[in-house]
Amino acid sequence: MSAKQDLGTQLHQVGINTRSYSGVANLPALIISAADWGPAAAVAKAQDWRWAGSWADTDAGRMHLYALLAQGGEYLLLTAQAPLERPEFTSHTPHYPAADRLERHARDLFGVIYSDHPDGRRWTRHQAWPQDWHPLHPAAEVRTQGRTAADSSYPFITLRGDGVFEIPVGPVHAGIIEPGHFRFHAAGETVLRLEERLGYTHKGIEALAVGRNPAGLLHLAARVSGDSAVTHAWAASQAMERAVGATVPPRALALRGLLAERERVANHIGDIGAICNDVGFAFAQVQTSRLRERWQRRNREIFGHRLLMDSVVPGGVAHDLNTTQITTLRADHATLRQAVEPLFDIFDDHPSLEDRLVTTGHLSAEDAGALGCTGYVGKASGQALDLRHDAPYAPYHELLINVPVQSEGDVAARVRVRMAEVHMSLDLMDHLLRTLPVGDIHAPLPNPPAAACGLGLIEGWRGETLAFVRFDASGCIARYFPRDASWFIWPALERLIHGNIVADFPVCNKSVNGSYAGVDL
Amino acid sequence: MLRILHQLWRVGVATEPPPATDAAALEALGLELHRAIEARFRHSLAIRVVDAGSCNGCELEIHALANPYYDIERFGVSFVASPRHADALLVTGPVSRHMETALRRTWRAMSAPKFVIAAGQCACGGGEFGGSYASCGAVEKVLPVDVKIPGCPPSPEDLMRGLLAALRVDETTVSESCGESA
Repeated sequence: MSAKQDLGTQLHQVGINTRSYSGVANLPALIISAADWGPAAAVAKAQDWRWAGSWADTDAGRMHLYALLAQGGEYLLLTAQAPLERPEFTSHTPHYPAADRLERHARDLFGVIYSDHPDGRRWTRHQAWPQDWHPLHPAAEVRTQGRTAADSSYPFITLRGDGVFEIPVGPVHAGIIEPGHFRFHAAGETVLRLEERLGYTHKGIEALAVGRNPAGLLHLAARVSGDSAVTHAWAASQAMERAVGATVPPRALALRGLLAERERVANHIGDIGAICNDVGFAFAQVQTSRLRERWQRRNREIFGHRLLMDSVVPGGVAHDLNTTQITTLRADHATLRQAVEPLFDIFDDHPSLEDRLVTTGHLSAEDAGALGCTGYVGKASGQALDLRHDAPYAPYHELLINVPVQSEGDVAARVRVRMAEVHMSLDLMDHLLRTLPVGDIHAPLPNPPAAACGLGLIEGWRGETLAFVRFDASGCIARYFPRDASWFIWPALERLIHGNIVADFPVCNKSVNGSYAGVDL
Repeated sequence: MLRILHQLWRVGVATEPPPATDAAALEALGLELHRAIEARFRHSLAIRVVDAGSCNGCELEIHALANPYYDIERFGVSFVASPRHADALLVTGPVSRHMETALRRTWRAMSAPKFVIAAGQCACGGGEFGGSYASCGAVEKVLPVDVKIPGCPPSPEDLMRGLLAALRVDETTVSESCGESA
């Protein structure tokens, strides 16, 4: 019995009617009623489905909600619809805490009404538009805007007690970092509670995507989160290719794998050094930033961009490799492997690092599971989740993926996972270059049928990354929603900081490294 | 400790000489501004960086300025935590409406003389995101901009060229202090 039939049966047993849905290419899906939206999540939760994201869409005068569930390597989409005039649904948040911010995002942007959502506060919306105006609702009229005031009235949850004090931080931070607000409650040195307030870099990416052609969408997708340019472009591209039933040449897929692993290595190496630097071990930062710089220079030389932006194009990739370049890259891999060995050896057991990283920022396996953490945050807390292994897409279906899992859940474990992933990526890249298929590096996308929908799922360096795309009748983009892995990393940070000292917040934050731009959209 | 020293000895100095700032680049950046910085800041520039809505690509490249290849601090450029200490405001991203007030307040907190550098395509002209219900567009829609460093994102060389040109530091004046490149 497939997972879809299994959940369908369970839903029927509690009186929830389901219908099969095939509107999203190649993805098993069930339609349920808007009132059953929340109860269905309760059943899925009881069946140990992982909650992997939710988004809204408007089409043919209806508000559509989608939620993606995962179990093992299987994915199942739930969908429900309601009239645009009153798009009321029950909420997933009471059953899946990970749903909280994504549902509030849909409420702010589309005007979705969640009748039993436990948190009525705005999330993505600050003061740039009023509460009753929803930028992505088809009925939203163009507004003239003056200056936007600071969102100083946001009702943070406060703690009271003897010796408890608040520390507001941001949106402008002390370093060279993205903007966001952190509200700490502390007693002495110890953090009692952290509440994040994001949305500062919201620039309307979902609205900007509408009406673009496929190439234009990928240009935008590469800039959802600059450090994940390949990840988001590949996810968006995969969504479009699935929607139109395109076949991407094997050589292009292998090169996309290479690009994604290059992105992973660059970010892991940079972050490992930055984590050590946050506890005063500057040596690590100097050494790894040097390696990262050489890596990025090679990116520019061979792929035309230091951050690999615009290297993924619809139906393929932008740059082919000749034999000299392949030799150069393989030599680079050997050099990097040699260069990181003595460094990782030091980071692994240097006493002053151990003092600061071991037991710091502990995220339990239960919390990581409940919050839907994937990537290194999940893997360091016992979640053996990796799309490349669980539901391998080309070129990973032919590669051996050993998911590095740790059980400790602290900063040190996250560093160890990332060191292991650097080694694995180097092996994968060598394999990809050794077995690089011959042939074209892109194929033209066929014309999309009207209302064609696709879902892209890519294991980015931060973890599972999703992109939903719907085409309009003219072959342009009608809806694009990218779900970065950071949606599930930020809530984990609020958990893992408990009981740590305020001064360890930077290292805890860096060890999970959520993207602000990736969730603010 | 021995492992660390061994690593340092093996890697040596990676720092490179600064990029050349040709006459055209200087021209583009405004000769008048150079004179002002030279006179007012005495070859030293304290910068406060504000991401006003970028995709974080620009931040990665600004970070790279501190790596051993560029080591921007050797030219007297430092990134400071407080706008009170800053001579220049380096802004990235289109200005999202949600950051508009925070950006204005940061600028107001700086003491005069001060100037604003827009780094990256979005900050210079709105870039990929432009103006919308959520975005004001280019930085100059919100603050007076003195120097623009385009690029998506600008490479560390572009950033350095822009900053160094603004400071009128060129190869001849710094080559003695930066040593051999590795």
